[in-house]
Amino acid sequence: MKNVKTDKKKFYVIGLFVTLVLAGVVSFYASSSPDGLEKVADKIGFIDAAKDHALAKGPLADYGVKGIKNERLSVGMAGVIGVLATGAVSTGLFFVLRKKSN
Amino acid sequence: MHIPDGFIDIPTSTAFAALAATGVALSLKGAKSSLDEKTAPLAGLTATFIFAVQMLNFPVAAGTSGHLLGGALAAVLVGPYAASLALTVVLLMQGLLFADGGLTAIGLNVFNMSIIGVWVGYFAFNLAKRVLPKKKASVAISALFGGFISVPAAAFGFVIEYAIGGTATFSVSAVASAMIGTHILIGIGEGLITFFAVSAVMASRSDLVYGYKQEVNSLETRSA
Repeated sequence: MKNVKTDKKKFYVIGLFVTLVLAGVVSFYASSSPDGLEKVADKIGFIDAAKDHALAKGPLADYGVKGIKNERLSVGMAGVIGVLATGAVSTGLFFVLRKKSN
Repeated sequence: MHIPDGFIDIPTSTAFAALAATGVALSLKGAKSSLDEKTAPLAGLTATFIFAVQMLNFPVAAGTSGHLLGGALAAVLVGPYAASLALTVVLLMQGLLFADGGLTAIGLNVFNMSIIGVWVGYFAFNLAKRVLPKKKASVAISALFGGFISVPAAAFGFVIEYAIGGTATFSVSAVASAMIGTHILIGIGEGLITFFAVSAVMASRSDLVYGYKQEVNSLETRSA
C-alpha cells in the first residue's frame, strides 16, 4: 500500500499552526453556555455545592489574561499561552519516555 | 465535565486521586514501549491539540454546551498509555493555570477523562474496527464510534463518584439519567471531531497512527 506522506516538518508546522489558531482565535467564538455537568448540577440542584477554585484569582483564571480588557485578545492570549505550556510539558515528557532508536 | 471543588467529598476525592495516580504510573510504564523517536512528537502535538479544542465549547441543546474530551482521539493516534498521559497533562494545565477543574477534584477528573475516557474509547474503537471492513477508511469511522462512547462513559465516572461521595443528597438515579442523557448528545460532537481529526492525520501521515499501524502489521503478517 502506497501512502502519500506529508513531510514530517510540514506536518508538525501545520499541526501546531492549526492548534494555535483554534486556541488563539476560534476560542473567542466558543459557546459560553454551561457545560453538561454544570447544566445537570443546575437542573438537579447541587450547583451551589461548587466552591470557588483555589486559583480563581490567578493571572490566567477562566481562560483570560488578567488586566487585558479586550476579551478577544484576553482569551486568545490565554489560549496561546496554554498551547505553548501544554506543548512544552507534554512533548518534554514524551521525549523523556521514548525509546531511543539506537 | 471538569468537576469543581465541592461536588464530591474529600475522602472520595482522595481515594480517586490514588486510583488516578496508579493509572498514571502504569501509563508512564506502558508509554515507554509505545513511544519512539517518530511517535513522541505526535503525542506532544496530540496533547496540545486537545488542550486547544477543549476550549471550544459547542452548543448541544438549549443552554447547554460541551467540548471535546479527546480520550479516544489520543488513544487512536498514540495508543492508550500515551493518551492517558496526554490527557493528564492537559487537565493539570487547566487546573493549575486556568482554574478549570477543582484542585481537590483533580484525581476525579483524571480518573474520568484520562483513564475511563481513554480506555473505554480505545476499547470501543477496537470493537468497531473488528466489525468494519479491513480498510483504511475504517480507522476514522471506528474512531468516531470510540469518541462517541467515551463521553457518556466518562460522565458515568462522575455518577459513580457522586454515588460514593456526593456532597448533595439528590438521588443517584436522577443524576445518572441526566448525566448520561446530556453526555450522549455531547458524545455526538466528540465523535465528529474525533473523526475529522483522525481523518486529517490518516490522510497526511497514516504511518504515525497507532490504531492503524497495528492493522497494517496484521495485514502484512497475513499476506506474507
